[in-house]
Amino acid sequence: MKNFDCFNRPISSAPDSWVDVIERYSNDNNKTLKRTTKSTRCLNLGSYNYLGFGSFDEYCTPRVIESLKKFSASTCSSRVDAGTTSVHAELEECVAKYVGKPAAIVTGMGFATNSAIIPVLIGKGGLIISDSLNHTSIVNGARGSGATIRVFQHNTPAHLERVLKEQIAEGQPRTHRPWKKIIVVVEGIYSMEGEICQLPEIVSVCKKYKAYVYLDEAHSIGAIGKTGRGVCELLGVDTADVDIMMGTFTKSFGSCGGYIAGSKDLIQYLKYHCPAHLYATSISTPSAQQIISAIKVILGEDGSNRGAQKLARIRENSNFFRAELQKMGFEVLGDNDSPVMPIMLYNPAKIPAFSRECLRENVAVVVVGFPATPLLLARARICISASHSREDLIKALKVISKAGDLTGIKYFPAAPKKQEEEKDRMKLD
Amino acid sequence: MDTNLVEMFRAGLNWVTMALDAPSARVVLFGVRIQWHIFVEVLLGFVIVILLSQKSYKPPKRPLTEQEIDELCDEWVPEPLIPPITEDMMHEPPVLESAAGPHTTVNGKDVVNFASANYLGLIGHEKLLESCTSALEKYGVGSCGPRGFYGTIDVHLDCETRISKFLSTPDTILYSYGLSTMFSTIPCFCKKGDIIVADEGVHWGIQNGLQLSRSTIVYFKHNDMDSLRSTLEKIMTKNKRSKNLRRYIVAEAVYQNSGQIAPLDEIVKLKEKYKFRVILDESNSFGVLGRSGRGLAEHHGVPIEKIDVVTAAMGHALATEGGFCTGNARIIDYQRLSSSGYVFSASLPPYLASAAITAIDVIDQNPDLLVKMKQNIALLWKGLKDIKGMSLASDPESPIVFLELEKSSGSTKEDLLLLEKMADRALKEDSLLVVSSKKSFLDKCRLPVGIKLLVSAGHSESDLIKVSESLKRLASELLL
Repeated sequence: MKNFDCFNRPISSAPDSWVDVIERYSNDNNKTLKRTTKSTRCLNLGSYNYLGFGSFDEYCTPRVIESLKKFSASTCSSRVDAGTTSVHAELEECVAKYVGKPAAIVTGMGFATNSAIIPVLIGKGGLIISDSLNHTSIVNGARGSGATIRVFQHNTPAHLERVLKEQIAEGQPRTHRPWKKIIVVVEGIYSMEGEICQLPEIVSVCKKYKAYVYLDEAHSIGAIGKTGRGVCELLGVDTADVDIMMGTFTKSFGSCGGYIAGSKDLIQYLKYHCPAHLYATSISTPSAQQIISAIKVILGEDGSNRGAQKLARIRENSNFFRAELQKMGFEVLGDNDSPVMPIMLYNPAKIPAFSRECLRENVAVVVVGFPATPLLLARARICISASHSREDLIKALKVISKAGDLTGIKYFPAAPKKQEEEKDRMKLD
Repeated sequence: MDTNLVEMFRAGLNWVTMALDAPSARVVLFGVRIQWHIFVEVLLGFVIVILLSQKSYKPPKRPLTEQEIDELCDEWVPEPLIPPITEDMMHEPPVLESAAGPHTTVNGKDVVNFASANYLGLIGHEKLLESCTSALEKYGVGSCGPRGFYGTIDVHLDCETRISKFLSTPDTILYSYGLSTMFSTIPCFCKKGDIIVADEGVHWGIQNGLQLSRSTIVYFKHNDMDSLRSTLEKIMTKNKRSKNLRRYIVAEAVYQNSGQIAPLDEIVKLKEKYKFRVILDESNSFGVLGRSGRGLAEHHGVPIEKIDVVTAAMGHALATEGGFCTGNARIIDYQRLSSSGYVFSASLPPYLASAAITAIDVIDQNPDLLVKMKQNIALLWKGLKDIKGMSLASDPESPIVFLELEKSSGSTKEDLLLLEKMADRALKEDSLLVVSSKKSFLDKCRLPVGIKLLVSAGHSESDLIKVSESLKRLASELLL
């Protein structure tokens, strides 16, 4: 209760690299917080704005406004009734081509995509094997489907193989009938760890045991890979080996909504049966236009090389920031190239201290505690964006270092040769 | 005779005792006189020790060997991920080329649109477009984060305050998707072991929420208050523990699957008598029913405080996207921490929230939109009154006009194909966009299927006459 002011901070400008955080005050020890009209300009290290599309963009926004004037904010109807406009059709083709699959289907919300698609693909008599740190939307979808759920140790293909062998040999619980089908659900980048999934090994294990692979690229699409095509491109996995690829547009494309990409038959089947397609209002047309324009910028089809610049900048920024933090002695999780960096705080009492200290110096960070993470593994999560400049990052490093000294979270000595040890320790976590 | 027997017995016992005592009559071991019963007890002790040390019989466990496991894994053949695609799955929806207002363009032709839930005709309204444009220029499109992590933009807070003011409720919470509103709210409050009484005709979002909540669910007949009363009676009397469990009634104000309106005053009377809580989904009645558009509570003259939780999707009368939930301040605060669709998902794009604020302002300032819509519904009813082969199954005041088949062919699939053909022909021959019911295999609702017409305040009289004529013609050609 006392640290409510670290969460739900309202902002009054676009979620760009610098943001206006509204000041709030409380008369009853942070039980209720009231808005004031004042705001402070802070460096934004918390929003999911990986490629910098989160604010006014010179190519995207005029086209979005044009489509708003032509199609209006919403179609008030589901996709099968009167909610499919020419923009939606173009969007699905564009997404399919970008991701590298024959066809795609788009829904208006990433969370609802998982909750509505998994029950259509698998039901009672099937088995879902999911990573232990998967997102709540996947857990919700898996529970709603009625299939049996088993968990394998985070990002460990050896354990996955053991679980698969056991489960196929045993069959369904109590009746021992063979399973109807097995789907293995993994994520591209895990949002609380910053780790990239070990996709090549997992895909080879699944191929050997004839299980289907469902890849959730919520954080990795657009942010990693040479042309931003996600974890498959980065690790050299053929997209034809992954049966179902899912992702959201909220993070790298600055819009809203989610997609599923797969074979033409799969998408046709989903269009006929998926409840999010049949009953929910279709994605807002200006948002769809924003995604198309963002993809065009990333691929360079708008005639400039801003896309390639953005992709190079986010990679540079993430690697620079991570290396500097590790040099200062912080414990930073995550792999190289991943734009998500959790800094371990461990002690829950340090959560409000770190957050308020950074805000005092005009840097806005995100702190996460229980129940999103285990009770004693609290962390501060940094999300780097392509729109952060080198000066922004240097200022952020200074502020974080000062706050780190005050709260005592520099758990490692600031010496370069200790970096090998840290990496080993992180893999075991 | 008996006494002789007893005496003989007693004599025998005495003799045995003496015989056993005799050899050790004078032995004293460890300060205790050894008597004959010590031998019996020691013997019993040995027997007990031997029995306890026996191993109990367990059938021998033979776990599978590595080779057997490998063989089983090789033999196993999974089902294909999806069943084979059939002809009817290849149906393509119409692709619009302009805004989905009362008139829209499909394939270059101008068609009359009865398929958008644009009840007050706010799609394309200049005030909405203006506010959206200024929001887009200021905030960009997306909000790039969940509400807890810098995704709360001041327009979200303004929107919540505006909705609370409009409905005179203490507080409101905004969701980023209409469908997720219900399936996040219900599992937030209803947990395993609670009892929920729901209408059998609720839409998929509510069904999914009920399933995720893991409570005991009892359905009552669609919009039938007697069935509801008897169900509540049965629950309260049958199970003595019911008094200590949380109990809920879930209903929709205007049912999406049939167009009927729920009689809220009766539901509230039943709720107060049997002490249940009511969760009401006002997606299709917000901005539509009631003298000033404040929904079902105003329509029936029930104070809104009597309904515990009110949710609505904004993708209908408000011509924007997303959803909200209003009620008591404690209920709303609780959802901010534990509703999965709120905490773990990105927030609503800011331009849609500002569109919602403008839409509510427009509704407040223009009550004649509601009057026009009600007139259009009445005109359409007059036109479709004598249609052959189909009957009007919805409420005369609901903006969803539902035509169900009078004679069903027995299989839902056949009915759906027939209705789809009717809708296709209406589009091709008469340039009319109407909706035939669509069912996913996950949808448990078993209400009859039919054609839905969504009436808007923007339809003109000629549009309504045209659709009545066309449907009457098609019904007589295809159904008789």
